[in-house]
Amino acid sequence: MSAPAQVAWDSLPTAEWTLQQVDAAGSSGIPDSRELVGRPPMPANLEDEKSLDEHHKRRADWQMALQGHLKSLEARQMIEFQSHDEITYALTAEGYGIAHSGSQEARLFAALPPGGDEAKTLDELKKELGADVLKIGQGKAFAKRWARKHPEKQGALARMPGVEEIVDDTAEDLREIRRSGTLQDGQRVNDLKKRKLVVQKKLLWFSITKGPQFSLKIEKLATDLSAEMLQSGEWKTRPFKKYNFDAEGVMPVTGALHPLLKVREEFRNIFFEMGFTEMPTNRFVDSSFWCFDSLFVPQQHAARDMQDTFFIKSPAAAKHIPEDYLSRVTAAHEDGGPYGSTGYGYKFSRDVTEKLVLRTHTTAVSAAMLYELANRPGGFKPAKMFSIDRVFRNEAVDATHLAEFHQVEGVVADYNITLGDLIGFMQIFFAKMGVTNLRFKPAYNPYTEPSLEIFSYHSGLGKWVEIGNSGMFRPEMLRPMGLPEGVNVLGWGLSLERPTMIRYGINNIRDLVGHKISITDVERAPAVRFP
Amino acid sequence: MPTVSVDKANFFKSLGKDYTTQEFDELCFQFGIELDDDTTEECRKAGNGERPQLKIDIPANRYDLLCHEGIARALLVFLGKMKQPDIKVMQPKEMLEIHVDDQVSKIRPTILGAVLRNVTFTPENYASFIDLQDKLHQNLGRRRTLVSMGTHDLDTIKAPFSYKGLAPKDVKFAPLNRPGQVMDGPTLMTTLEQDKHLSKYLSIIRDSPVYPVVLDAEETVCSLPPVINGDHSKITLNTKNVLIDMTGTDETRCSHALAELVSMFAEYCGEKFSVEPVKIVHSDGKSLITPDLSPRVATCRLSYINSCTGLDLDVPTTIKLLERMGHSATQSPQSPDVLQVSIPATRPDVLHECDLMEDVAVAYGFDHLPRRFPSTNTVAAPLPINKLSDVLRREFAYAGWVEALSLILCSHDEAYKQLRRPDPGSEAILLENPKSLEYQMVRTTLLPGLLKTLRENRKHSLPWRLFEVSDVARQDAEDLERCAKNERRAVASYSDREAKFEVVHGLLGRVMRVLDVPYLQGGREAASSSSSSAGKKESGHAGRDKGGYWIEESDDPTFMPGRAAVVKFRTPVREQEEKEEANQQQIKAPATGDDVDAAKRAAPTASATDVEKHLGDADKKQQSSSSSSKDSAISAISNLASKLHLGGRKGGEVITVGQLGVLHPEVLAAFGLDWPTAVLELQVEPFL
Repeated sequence: MSAPAQVAWDSLPTAEWTLQQVDAAGSSGIPDSRELVGRPPMPANLEDEKSLDEHHKRRADWQMALQGHLKSLEARQMIEFQSHDEITYALTAEGYGIAHSGSQEARLFAALPPGGDEAKTLDELKKELGADVLKIGQGKAFAKRWARKHPEKQGALARMPGVEEIVDDTAEDLREIRRSGTLQDGQRVNDLKKRKLVVQKKLLWFSITKGPQFSLKIEKLATDLSAEMLQSGEWKTRPFKKYNFDAEGVMPVTGALHPLLKVREEFRNIFFEMGFTEMPTNRFVDSSFWCFDSLFVPQQHAARDMQDTFFIKSPAAAKHIPEDYLSRVTAAHEDGGPYGSTGYGYKFSRDVTEKLVLRTHTTAVSAAMLYELANRPGGFKPAKMFSIDRVFRNEAVDATHLAEFHQVEGVVADYNITLGDLIGFMQIFFAKMGVTNLRFKPAYNPYTEPSLEIFSYHSGLGKWVEIGNSGMFRPEMLRPMGLPEGVNVLGWGLSLERPTMIRYGINNIRDLVGHKISITDVERAPAVRFP
Repeated sequence: MPTVSVDKANFFKSLGKDYTTQEFDELCFQFGIELDDDTTEECRKAGNGERPQLKIDIPANRYDLLCHEGIARALLVFLGKMKQPDIKVMQPKEMLEIHVDDQVSKIRPTILGAVLRNVTFTPENYASFIDLQDKLHQNLGRRRTLVSMGTHDLDTIKAPFSYKGLAPKDVKFAPLNRPGQVMDGPTLMTTLEQDKHLSKYLSIIRDSPVYPVVLDAEETVCSLPPVINGDHSKITLNTKNVLIDMTGTDETRCSHALAELVSMFAEYCGEKFSVEPVKIVHSDGKSLITPDLSPRVATCRLSYINSCTGLDLDVPTTIKLLERMGHSATQSPQSPDVLQVSIPATRPDVLHECDLMEDVAVAYGFDHLPRRFPSTNTVAAPLPINKLSDVLRREFAYAGWVEALSLILCSHDEAYKQLRRPDPGSEAILLENPKSLEYQMVRTTLLPGLLKTLRENRKHSLPWRLFEVSDVARQDAEDLERCAKNERRAVASYSDREAKFEVVHGLLGRVMRVLDVPYLQGGREAASSSSSSAGKKESGHAGRDKGGYWIEESDDPTFMPGRAAVVKFRTPVREQEEKEEANQQQIKAPATGDDVDAAKRAAPTASATDVEKHLGDADKKQQSSSSSSKDSAISAISNLASKLHLGGRKGGEVITVGQLGVLHPEVLAAFGLDWPTAVLELQVEPFL
């Protein structure tokens, strides 16, 4: 075995050289990798900040290069090693200044007249030393009891009587650190760190021993099983690189569906499972007639304000409304007509009913569907219908409100169905979403009576939270459509966004709907399975 | 939903019980109001001596619950601790009169009045009195437009009163809280522009040739409705007799508002629950005595209540339940099933027997109702266009594209200028009253939303693949009821260091393959060679023509010149049409005008076939066959769907169904995008 080649400071260690050194060190191994190479020569001029930095960097680079080999050799179980830290200190720019010219306090002391009786004014000292040196020097010199304010002369400093000579320990400590990298007295190093005169530098070094697979030769390890190896049979003899099972796999490149629409799919499935047919909600524009009046929402109702509803400038008004039906709706609003109601007691306006709007709820479509049901050839037959689609509100946008959101709506029309059916049905419907603890609060809605707000107990919040609205459509809405006496219609609705935000822990609706969503979040969103 | 704040301690004193927050919350829940907040904790923390408040949310139609007095009364009656009080209208020896001048009909025709005698105001009930007026102004009065009210210290003014329409210049008085500052109408308007609270009501009368004014016998201005009262007659804690004027444009609402106000505060009159009437005399001699507080008598069938609630209540129980909601009722002597219900004047929300049915259900307790499940037996079906959209959405995702969900509303610039497209006019649905420039119109293309989503995700690693399947909408002159129609679109984009037209082109090929639409080699020529086209040869079915697609270079300012194409689609010929065609050839009918007719006939037939197909699917899933209502919803929907122009196009027609290309660099710049981007936008309906 040949003696290990000398490593010069400008060449870094190789893996083979490292193995040779470990082998040469014998069974006890290499206790300190710093010994392998010694220290590079100190620069001739210790005042040269750059060359001192360079000195440290060369030592560090050498050990880092060694570390790279050690890790890869350890992975092959050829060696074992431990890392250690060497803490040294380097001077800051200010530290260098003090090492060169003395500390501020020493310079102040030197500037003061000897003896302690005579003084120099602060102005003079400032001129001589500069404001910074004076300020720091004054504080330190006072603390070290080297100087004092002159007892008689205002604004003047003097040496402390009796102090004729001082030792500039700060400057000396710094010079020692500059030379050796540290001081015996750790407390004094800390003081210098606090004064920002030195900074800590870390150097890694290693102790190394042979590993179970030690060898002077590095065999190339196969990283993966290849088709060639299968063909040549090389897989039988070729050593394989150890696999890192803690590393993450490579994520496949895939597309992704939007989380809100994944939740929509779950809702659609619930409806299909329960026998509901999907309504054609693919129309955003409706007349006020279908959006409000057919639902017995009075023309002065707050929801019909400019504040809440988007009206359409162009096209502005419907050109046709089924006349017969309109006259029945008009009667219901004005005085109740023949429908057993007092009506709202106001003059119904044709202009208002013709105004086109962006639908504020999908119930505008449900109304048209119920009208169709009532007037289909062969007469009314029971039906269950649903829709999930976009609705529009002219609201100020914030973390929980957008001008558009998705409404989930269901409608059941049949003879002899009761409020009890609605409540029972809601329990089954929400149970399919995994929501089981329900209560019903009396509420107001212009087109349902009774109206029930659906509450569910939220264990996280520790209280009952509203999760939807429901009710039985009013006779003043149903009878003018032509639905027979005895037919009740149950309806309920909720927003799609709210349960989705709860499912995905999203607090800001703009992170879910609209262009501000994160594509990465869409890609990473887990699947949704209602229980 | 209005929120009413009441002093917690005083309120519980009125209820005669010191509830815990939880107990009170529960009571509210049962009754149908909502405890929004209890500020006890806040007040304790603040430690500034403020008294704890209860903030209670009130249903929008319950004007009788807009003040402490009303809520307390309703809850006491609900709990059975109090009988609903009868509010009496007194018979004064000499009735106060308000004479109405014709001029007011031009601006605010209705006035009603009432007097509260020997009122004892305390700081608490005075504040409640003012607050209730404000609530009535906002809710029932629609921010004073339909109804507004003025209250006056009757002892400072002299009857008879008059309600006149005066030229603005002739209205001269010192408005409330500005004693001595006599001003005329126009000056008042200018002065009050600075008033945060009142300025929003000025426009109700500002431009009217006459202003409505309530005057006393000496022409002192009592009020200028709906803006402000006169300072002269203002009420104070020491006021004993209060004259109320209620003016507006909606007489029904005025009458309701007056009934609420006097019924609530008659509680503090010398003669409790009594109100003195006022006679309104019109110039034609007709007169009216207000307020009308007589209960409305309505009938309600027990059988109806039971059939709607699922209960089996008897007459005495039902009467008791109605009483707990403030009504009184007796059994009709003519019919044992009929109850005659007397509804207090404070409950104008009761319009129909269904409202009484609800009150019975509330009193019974929603949580106690028997829970059933409707036996309605139906077969489900998806909307065909949604089903097709889902097929496409999944295919885009399988192909590696990520789904966006952009907003339907956009700015006009985003839809046109930023895409370098001219606004053709009569296309976009423009909004009349948007709150922000972001929402000026309904999108006419899916591109802006998609490009904005890309812009917000600039940090995402390349390449970007984004898609969306959703609706755009445009004006539609043929639809008379809505004047607009939605159009389902699919859009997909690809952005990378290079535009790679071939990627979106390939995606189009993939989509068409999935939709079973063959590529027509040779494009236009192949399509024009009628039914013996390539599409027919490729189709697996015996000789059926599946139609096909190709792309043609196009000139579109949104795209780089020479880097844009339109997607052409020749619609398939359906079986039904083939049969019809064969029949026609047999009888050799003349060709003129028949194409149009055939197209019209094809429409409903085609959508019906689709519905049949889906019905089949649903049958398998559902396994429910014994249904009386199997197709009612479906047929209603297909009826409506055909009106919405879904499906139903004549076979063999060549239509443009989309476009693809490399976006013009100026479009990229307008949307703040740095990477070359190619897009594909397709109509979905033609593939139904």
